[in-house]
Amino acid sequence: MSIDIIENILFATIRTGTPLLLVALGAMISERSGVLNLGQEGMILVGAVCAFIGAYTTDSLLIGVASGLASGALFSLIFAVIAISLVSSQIATGLALTIFGTGLSAFLGVDYVGLSIDGLDEWPIPLLHDIPVIGKAFFAQDMLVYGSFALFAAIYYVMSRTRVGLIIRAVGENPGVAHSMGYRVLLVRYATVMFGGAMAGLAGAYLSLAYTPMWTEGMSAGRGWIALALVVFASWRTGRVLVGAWLFAFASILHLVLQGFGYDISPNLLGMLPYLATIIALVMMMQRAGTAQLAPRSLGQPYYPQK
Amino acid sequence: MRIEARPTPSHTMRYLSPLLALGLTLTTGAAIFAALGKAPLASLHAFFIEPISTVYGLSELFVKVTPLLLCATGLTLCFRAKVWNIGAEGQFVFGALIAGAVSLQLADYQGFWVLPVVIASGVLAGMAWAGIAAILLTRFRAHEILTTIMLNYIAIQLLLWSVHGPLKSPSGYNFPESELFSPQTLLPTLWGQYRVTIAILIALLMLAVVWTVLNRTLLGYQTRVMGENRQAARFAGFNGNRLIWILLLFSGGMAGMAGVSEVNGPVGQLTTNLALGYGYTAIIIVFMGRMHPLGVLLASLLLGLTYLGGENAQMTLGLPKSITGVFQGLLLFFLLACDFLISHRIVLAPIRSQPPNLSNTPVREVTRS
Amino acid sequence: MKAPTLISLGLAAALFWSAPLQAEDAPLKVGFVYVSPIGDAGWTYMHDRARQIVDKEFGDRVETNYVESVSEGSDSQRVIRNLSANGHDLIFTTSFGYMNPTIRVAQRFPNVRYEHATGYKTAENVGNYQARAYQGRYLAGMAAGAMTETDTIGYVAGFPIPEVLRGINAFTLGVREVNPDASVRVSWINSWHDPAKERESASSLIRQDADVLTMHADSPAVVQAAQDEGVYGIGYNSNMESYGPDAHLTSVMMHWEPIYREKIQAVLDGSWESKSIWYGLSEGVVKMAPMHPDIPESVTERISKHRNAIINGDREVFQGPVRNQDGEEIIAEGESLSDGQLLEINWYVEGIKGKLPN
Repeated sequence: MSIDIIENILFATIRTGTPLLLVALGAMISERSGVLNLGQEGMILVGAVCAFIGAYTTDSLLIGVASGLASGALFSLIFAVIAISLVSSQIATGLALTIFGTGLSAFLGVDYVGLSIDGLDEWPIPLLHDIPVIGKAFFAQDMLVYGSFALFAAIYYVMSRTRVGLIIRAVGENPGVAHSMGYRVLLVRYATVMFGGAMAGLAGAYLSLAYTPMWTEGMSAGRGWIALALVVFASWRTGRVLVGAWLFAFASILHLVLQGFGYDISPNLLGMLPYLATIIALVMMMQRAGTAQLAPRSLGQPYYPQK
Repeated sequence: MRIEARPTPSHTMRYLSPLLALGLTLTTGAAIFAALGKAPLASLHAFFIEPISTVYGLSELFVKVTPLLLCATGLTLCFRAKVWNIGAEGQFVFGALIAGAVSLQLADYQGFWVLPVVIASGVLAGMAWAGIAAILLTRFRAHEILTTIMLNYIAIQLLLWSVHGPLKSPSGYNFPESELFSPQTLLPTLWGQYRVTIAILIALLMLAVVWTVLNRTLLGYQTRVMGENRQAARFAGFNGNRLIWILLLFSGGMAGMAGVSEVNGPVGQLTTNLALGYGYTAIIIVFMGRMHPLGVLLASLLLGLTYLGGENAQMTLGLPKSITGVFQGLLLFFLLACDFLISHRIVLAPIRSQPPNLSNTPVREVTRS
Repeated sequence: MKAPTLISLGLAAALFWSAPLQAEDAPLKVGFVYVSPIGDAGWTYMHDRARQIVDKEFGDRVETNYVESVSEGSDSQRVIRNLSANGHDLIFTTSFGYMNPTIRVAQRFPNVRYEHATGYKTAENVGNYQARAYQGRYLAGMAAGAMTETDTIGYVAGFPIPEVLRGINAFTLGVREVNPDASVRVSWINSWHDPAKERESASSLIRQDADVLTMHADSPAVVQAAQDEGVYGIGYNSNMESYGPDAHLTSVMMHWEPIYREKIQAVLDGSWESKSIWYGLSEGVVKMAPMHPDIPESVTERISKHRNAIINGDREVFQGPVRNQDGEEIIAEGESLSDGQLLEINWYVEGIKGKLPN
């Protein structure tokens, strides 16, 4: 296997992993605060269609990306109101959000199918992109990929080094205690959910503006669900989300890679790998964690502030 | 105007809130249809009335509802105990796959025992798939929400692999689907030309069983206790793990039965398109039905109707398919949101300077969380 | 058994629900069932485009309706059934998975005519229709073979079913017709519609040296990828030029309207009968999009010569000698594959790299 091939596989892995990384980072933050939002798929699609409409009508990719972000955040507000304020089931509301988002995106995008735009170009970073093996993968991508690196770094910093991260985690571990410490649990949860929506919207923008610059119905093709699995695989740790996103991305292109070398393994069997790996990782982590709880303790449970 | 918690959940709102939600959905829907240039009333008629205005239409509603209701029935019991089985989809698929494989094996056998064997294999397969989640939860403390979602994907990939590989019909020109099942492996239809099978009776029967179990048995009591607090089992003196096993196996078996009802019912063969999300839709149904057997029945009928209505609206009004999703989403949101009024009320009064003392307010209803 | 009662019940119901054969003034109602959203460029888009064309042509005499995104399981049977019960006289079911549901519904509605696309079963009132897309693939292959410099051509494909394999084989025969040294690499994505995966698959083929790409999937992502990465791309289903103006060599286009026109006319005339039809270049069901200006004139002339030969019946695409991957002669000199053999093709011709999945 030549250096060239490894370089290209790495490049493809990072690119395929970017939407997963973005969605999973957002989902991780909201899950850290105790909110499980199964509506990722719907949010990605709404983000994708709004990003495309924004970019197409204004001829500005920047406005496209901004519309993706904003629409994802706004759309997740529906979830926030129903699941947080109206204390409805997070699971049911999330599933409903996916149904709604799939329909809504198709509805909004109906006049935009078949149109094409010039997508985001790759921006090789001088010198760095010439580094052997990893140069192309990390330094010859488009702005949204670099953006995902930056967002990762920012989230890593916020979650591990700042008070904000501490508050988010406190809310997720025990909202009652967090409340009694004077934190506004509901506000924190609104913020994390909308952040998650914005990230999913950004992932949608990546799909419809950079990866395949067009809008087609259902173009997220299940990536929202993979991202949810990924968060578990990463046991809600930012660093592991990054590694996991790339691992999952590698697994998803593995059969393409193997085909290239003339191996014929059923893509369906390979398709199980990420999920099997997630279950195994979960079990192993639980073994190691002993009696400690791995998932945010209040994950999936609504909180109703008692005065 | 402000919102405050009711001292006790409102009985009136319990019945009014779904009606309110329906009213809101219809109004919003009518507005959307009007905005699309369709006559609002005719559109609603096409959505909700026309599909079930014939006996055939009604029978098709039951065809659509059968797998949904079977999955939802199992989940009702699970969710009551706050065992969050999100894996009905996978249990459905695995049940269908195994029942399908057995049906193909038994293609040349006649006899009264063939169908029961097929059904049993599907139910057992669903139980086995849920059993994996049960082991992971009771033995390894791996959260069932997470493991069941993973198992859904694995089951779907297994189905795809089987239908592209070992179970592919040898005479089917290499298309990814199995042979058609022989008639003796198919569930009998209830009457004449309609497609609704005896599986709907099983679903209704099991729904009654669930109601009885919940209200009349020790198991039901334990289920409700665990729903209050998973740790409470220990104090109440019963084995929580055992209960988790029972509940997961039961809901897995029901989802497996749903798989049988689909492949050995209207589909009649294994194809790559069996996973249509019934297992996920069933989750919404259970919440819409507030985990009450009767509510679950009504919710499954309503949601089933929106699918038929969506098809019908395309056919007769040329409304795009995406409208169905939008409309369903709205309905679900309104239903989930309006239930807030059971425990809260809107008071038309100036805001008091002092926050009300709600310290003696009972903890919110357990079934909602 | 109460079989007789059931049958008579069924018959009565069928009579009750079936539309009257030919009401003089009422328009003929024609229904279409689509497997996916209509979309912009793929399979369903071309069926719907054809529907719109014939709807306009027949004017008041015909009314068309469609239902999109109908899953191939139990829903499709209900949709076909409802269209039948709603007084549709002719129903086109446009995806392979509708075959058994169509046959089942057709038994209940003897007066309704059904036409199923791409299947192999027929009945008294069920015909089927296919397109000889492989003829276009062959011509596209010639263009690809002429334009490749690396002698490697990439083919992104959905599932290894005969329809797809015919296309790949015909394409490869076309490639080797003009460039015996070139070979075709196939990348299976196991999906009909996942633009991102199609795109990734395209990139992966480019990394394996392919400098011309084509595909059998639903979105134009492969042509887009070709444009992006500076290689040539060949579209399928519709003209995909707008997705890659510089890359687009040509597209194999599926125009279903000749079939729809013919079938609707036959029902209007009362001459409809159940047939299996398989139309291609001659009938205008398969067409080629305008060729890229980079293709040398000598090549385009050669392509149009072959095109004419196929249309005139002077040559077949699968015309011997044709060898399979192992070098065995499958079609002898002077022979060609029958339609039956084409229908169940499950081998690769010489010149395709890689193994056929299972």
